Amino acid sequence: MRTRSREIRPIDHSRRKFLQRTAHLGGGLVLALALPGIQSGSRGAALSGGQLNAWLRIGSDDSITILVDRSEMGQGVYTALPTLIAEELEVDPAHINVVAAPVGEPYVNVLNGGQVTGTSNSVPEAWEKLRKAGAQARSMLIAAAAQGWHVDPATCRASNGAVVSAQGKVAKYGQLAEAAAKLPVPKDVALKSPEEFRLIGKPLARLDTPSKVDGSAEFGIDVKLPGMLYAAIALSPVLGGKVGSVDSTAALALPGVRRILHTESAVTVVAEHFWQAKKARDALRIEWQPGPNATLDNAAIWACINEGAAKPGLSALASDDVAAVLKGGHATEALKGAAKTFAAVYELPLVAHATMEPMNCTADVKADRCDVYVGTQVQQLTQAAAAEAAGLKAVQVNVHTTLLGGGFGRRLEVDFVPAAVTASKAVGAPVKLIWTREDDMTHDVYRPPAREAVRAGLDVHGKLTAWMLHITSPSITARFDPTNKDPFDSVIEYVQNFPYAVPNFDLSYTRQEIGIDVGYLRSVSHAPNCFAIESSIDEIAVLASRDPLQLRKELLVGKSRHLQVLNTIAERAGWGHAVKGRYQGLAFMEGYTSCIAQVAEVSVEDGELKIHKITCVIDCGQTVNPRIVESQLESGIVYGLSAALWGEITLRGGRVQQRNFNDYRVLRLNETPALAVHILPSDAKPGGIGETGVPPVAPALCNAIFAATGKRLRSLPIAAHKLI
Amino acid sequence: MTGGFTRRNSVRYSLLAAEWAAVHWNESALSMKAYCGLRASMDGVAERNGADALHAAEADVELTMTRSRTSSVETRPIRVGSPRSKTESSYSVMVSFTVNDQQQSVDVDADTPLLWVLRDHLGLTGTKYGCGLALCGACTVHVDGVAVRSCLLPLKALEGKSVMTVEGLSKDRSHAVQRAWIELDVPQCGYCQSGQIMSAVALLRDNPAPTDDDIDAALAGNICRCGTYSRIRKAIYRAAELLRGAQSS
Repeated sequence: MRTRSREIRPIDHSRRKFLQRTAHLGGGLVLALALPGIQSGSRGAALSGGQLNAWLRIGSDDSITILVDRSEMGQGVYTALPTLIAEELEVDPAHINVVAAPVGEPYVNVLNGGQVTGTSNSVPEAWEKLRKAGAQARSMLIAAAAQGWHVDPATCRASNGAVVSAQGKVAKYGQLAEAAAKLPVPKDVALKSPEEFRLIGKPLARLDTPSKVDGSAEFGIDVKLPGMLYAAIALSPVLGGKVGSVDSTAALALPGVRRILHTESAVTVVAEHFWQAKKARDALRIEWQPGPNATLDNAAIWACINEGAAKPGLSALASDDVAAVLKGGHATEALKGAAKTFAAVYELPLVAHATMEPMNCTADVKADRCDVYVGTQVQQLTQAAAAEAAGLKAVQVNVHTTLLGGGFGRRLEVDFVPAAVTASKAVGAPVKLIWTREDDMTHDVYRPPAREAVRAGLDVHGKLTAWMLHITSPSITARFDPTNKDPFDSVIEYVQNFPYAVPNFDLSYTRQEIGIDVGYLRSVSHAPNCFAIESSIDEIAVLASRDPLQLRKELLVGKSRHLQVLNTIAERAGWGHAVKGRYQGLAFMEGYTSCIAQVAEVSVEDGELKIHKITCVIDCGQTVNPRIVESQLESGIVYGLSAALWGEITLRGGRVQQRNFNDYRVLRLNETPALAVHILPSDAKPGGIGETGVPPVAPALCNAIFAATGKRLRSLPIAAHKLI
Repeated sequence: MTGGFTRRNSVRYSLLAAEWAAVHWNESALSMKAYCGLRASMDGVAERNGADALHAAEADVELTMTRSRTSSVETRPIRVGSPRSKTESSYSVMVSFTVNDQQQSVDVDADTPLLWVLRDHLGLTGTKYGCGLALCGACTVHVDGVAVRSCLLPLKALEGKSVMTVEGLSKDRSHAVQRAWIELDVPQCGYCQSGQIMSAVALLRDNPAPTDDDIDAALAGNICRCGTYSRIRKAIYRAAELLRGAQSS
């Protein structure tokens, strides 16, 4: 029996190339590179002092400003990334000012190929980069002090925001910054070993918390500029429809209305206040041309998906980089010779992001420049979209990234940016465009539906001899980044790291578009694929009369990291020892260079499901801030629970039927089970955590429901099933 | 639990159902049956834009304010104004009230919700827009000491009333709830937290020693998409401790 190589690290397909298109945007980056920090600092006072590198500015008043080039959407980058610099710079993170970085070449996320916050790689990508930046700056500050004192820099050290000489002389960073900034940047700097970490790995307080308990934190929706007007937008009720005729008589008669703008696909109302804009928007009489989706509904979408599923898929094993990790064998033949066979189809619905802060954008267009204030995960794409709408060059657009009231991948899109820019240009004043919750819910870029067909074979001893998966779904990347020619990008996550030993394996994909745009949603294809893999392993365990935990351990034999996660969760969740009337379900995942397992403990009485507890164990390598890691995993579990229980977007006549939180239900505090997160200690490079907690929830829950009821749920959401 | 809600109820009533459900879902956590029943009752709202539904409510606006006491939830309807005509909403009115102990007089369209008055007219952006239908709690403020959803509360209902927003809790984040929130690092994205905090403050004022059930009842109307719920619960217990400590010292 062949097992998959344990030495080769699976390549991370997950959107790794998903911003190739930003590489072609050109121009705009250069100016930003020359003036890092200046643009986003345009609303604050410039200090004298020194810019030591793209991320760090030290003021003559000893203030330390760190430009964070990833967007803060709750995942803690405004704390974790400054911590990396502070560790080497020898400063107290509590005294750091955090500023959002402007668009700029140094701020590109090399793992994502653009200035992008996504793929749970903010910390992994910054791990070396920002510690090095901190160490270089420290070295330059020491050199500046040593020069002034005419001593050997080797005799000086940095401590708590100052350089100290062997003779006991002390110079604060603020005094040294200007001179230090003029010194050459040292190429090779030694970084601390894990034993020397003073901040990394400690549960430090988040730097953004104080502003989030007194209302002072500034989200995109809170931006206020002098003379600013407000806008509401009418979007086609049928997805993809166009504006036909518009009767704006009634709307124009309402108080405060300044301008009504038509584009091909939307009508924007600009008014003195948002409520006026919204009322006028509601008073518009628009005849929409529904376009090709006039009759689109769920039956049509699934007929389309099933039609695609009948076609042979593209074999992922034919792709060189996938084949380097996954060995195929002869799955079809093995299946024919199997003593027992298994076949199941898992179906995942369209799901909405539903960030707490609805989409919004504030734009201020002048003759020769445009300022955009927005919560975005993609600064370069925002810049490009605004430039196009403003008729300006990219270099003339300054992107001011605010805090994001949730991202989850929704703010990787820039569909809400151009209308704000166009409106500002038309009225000659800053304009804040706000989508209502209904706009947001009905015009999301939803997680694509997926049909996942698993076939497996067992030999006479109950040993797994073949496992095959055929995925049918639309491609997000094909729309998002047409320059990316990898057909498997963002589609085969987790499967590409299929951890279970099976001598014959097959993975294929049929791209089937459904007529509406689909988007990246927290954990992207990890979630549907994890549902298919982990549900099927549970089903196979039943078929083989094996305990689901034991079977997984056998299939992971020799993989110590995976086994440690499984052994720990068995212990922490009390696997096999649930109190009477409660049942457990397990799921595992390898993704984002982390290994994670979750156990759901449920009871089902008279068809009513009660979730008592979710236990989670993760090995995510070195943690920068375990307190944030814990909260991110709890976050992923809650997000995953909402989707598993209720997450489903449906269409009728091309219109999304869910409009608000009454009909798109999400988990509330009173419905949240006990959560227990355990982080395994590790000094390996940090893995991703922002999305990692999401995928195992649904299969763990459904496996627990099966244990409780004998009912196997092969489609989500759970609410669509009767549990009796 | 959903016995009182049927399809024949008016849209206005369905809107109340949403708020009611937000508060009462805790009674049978994750009860699928209950959910399906509720969902059926909400079809009337689902069929139409919530905003349209609101405007379609020709009868006087009735808003439900919730107050939590021990483990039960009381609802206190507040009657607002007289029946509106279709055009009344385009009239502007002058309303005088206090916000965070400061006297305010605002002259805006009569139906402008308090939320937008706070945010766009008074510059108090700590109170957030989340749903516009009192479903998510992001806009929670206190009116005369009661936690209410400001997104549905028209300004004209505020005459002579006293409003407190998150900005009014303290000048220096020293309120026990704010201190507990900081100590436990509750917020993630932070967008819903003003509303969560205002609900928690109202709970603790009425009930200095809340149980899990009390917390469920008082916070069930506040959605957090980041899933900070378990820390919110811990922080409320911590704030209760801090308040008791302040009292005894």
